Amino acid sequence: MSDLFSKFDALINERAGLLDLGVRDPFSIVMQQVKSPTEAVIDGRDTILLGTYNYMGMTFDPDVIAAGKSALDEFGAGTTGSRVLNGTYQGHKECEDALKDFYGMDHAMVFSTGYQANLGMVSTLAGKGDFIILDADSHASIYDGCYLGNADIVRFKHNSAEDLEKRLRRLPPEAGKLVILEGVYSMLGDIAPLKELVAIAKAHGAMVLVDEAHGMGFFGEHGRGVYEAAGVADDVDFVVGTFSKSVGTVGGFCVSNHPKFEILRLVCRPYTFTASLPPAVVACAATSIRKLMHAAPKRERLWDMTRKLHGGLKARGFRLATETPESAIVSVLMPDQETTVRMWQAMLELGVYVNMSRPPATPAGVFLLRCSLCAEHSAAQLDTVLERFEMAAAAVGLFAPA
Amino acid sequence: MTDRAQVYARIIELIEPLNPKKVALGENTSFAGDLEMDSLTVMDLVASMEDEWDIVMPLNMLPDLETIGQVADAVTKLVKK
Ligand SMILES: Cc1ncc(COP(=O)(O)O)c(C=O)c1O
Repeated sequence: MSDLFSKFDALINERAGLLDLGVRDPFSIVMQQVKSPTEAVIDGRDTILLGTYNYMGMTFDPDVIAAGKSALDEFGAGTTGSRVLNGTYQGHKECEDALKDFYGMDHAMVFSTGYQANLGMVSTLAGKGDFIILDADSHASIYDGCYLGNADIVRFKHNSAEDLEKRLRRLPPEAGKLVILEGVYSMLGDIAPLKELVAIAKAHGAMVLVDEAHGMGFFGEHGRGVYEAAGVADDVDFVVGTFSKSVGTVGGFCVSNHPKFEILRLVCRPYTFTASLPPAVVACAATSIRKLMHAAPKRERLWDMTRKLHGGLKARGFRLATETPESAIVSVLMPDQETTVRMWQAMLELGVYVNMSRPPATPAGVFLLRCSLCAEHSAAQLDTVLERFEMAAAAVGLFAPA
Repeated sequence: MTDRAQVYARIIELIEPLNPKKVALGENTSFAGDLEMDSLTVMDLVASMEDEWDIVMPLNMLPDLETIGQVADAVTKLVKK
């Protein structure tokens, strides 16, 4: 009998080799207590959270918590059903209404996660004979949506308008086309030149879907995302997003003005064949989304904190993935796997949690320590973080000549 | 018109710079097994072939193309379309 797990041996050995160096497994952190959007207890130690995507700090918002508690009391712990059968409660409708108001769009569909929203939208919109044209650095959920569907898949070079143009030009003019973009790319924290990319897509008759997972809440006048800030709202056909970042709970969605949008509820398998979100979750999400409509001071704080971290790291000699802070993600470039894990662990032992990222999640084989900011981070916390970065770099010899 | 022999010869030229270990290249040389190409290198190669012949090689087509010979067949077909 051949062991179906043999194919994982290379990864198992790589991990064993790494852990043999005496480092802690970066992918098995347990948060024993969570004290606030920016503080938790890990390994019994008070830790500043700097890698949670909790951009707007809504996880402990008192109104959000109160809404969740009352929905739990009134509607129970779960729906035990699909959105199209017994799983659409008043709260799901209210959550979709909140999204329609937030985005100023006619239709909103709530999925159980952002991953499923992409899986569903991408695989359902483009069918056999259609083309999906996606950025090479797209999120795993977009790639998986491609593989779930039957369309032909064409990649263009990350954020390159020229390459997108070239690839669209080669496609049959009459074929259906879906161009998929992200407002913020979460690995490097860079934003897309949406004005140029969307104009090219439209010139070639493509529909456009933008994933605003990391842009919702603090880009654009209404906080709708990078596409709003770029002034291309009228040319974007579908916006996909998640509740797991700025909204502060879990869930995914797509909003659109397409007149036939509602039919998707019946043909989109990742929407239909899974249970809907629990009542408490949609109540938290709806409350949070409505509060994010009026969150200008928080947005400003988030950008202030981002500039402080980016500038502070740069001044201390760290190499960053973007020259200027483009989003609320600040990625520190690391030389190799071992240094990355050592640095990550040193930070954790000094009481700062950041994300460690490695290929294949990252583009072009880069290793990263990824920081994401929260509107609730204080200047004092960031001073501590910057000091800890310096200490950790010294401890692992990051700046020592090779 | 581009015939298969020309396509094959040009593909060999395009692979050469991506073959640091100087593995001998032939019809049955495989990208993953013999050349040990990672997915990013494969993508670069695909992009350069698309530009060379002004064709589209969709991502979903790649799993069926394991060897240089298979790629030469596929490109020849796409060029003739
Ligand atoms: C760009 C992007 N899209 C979609 C998702 C999926 O979101 P969710 O966590 O809700 O599944 C994420 C986050 O993981 C993401 O970064």
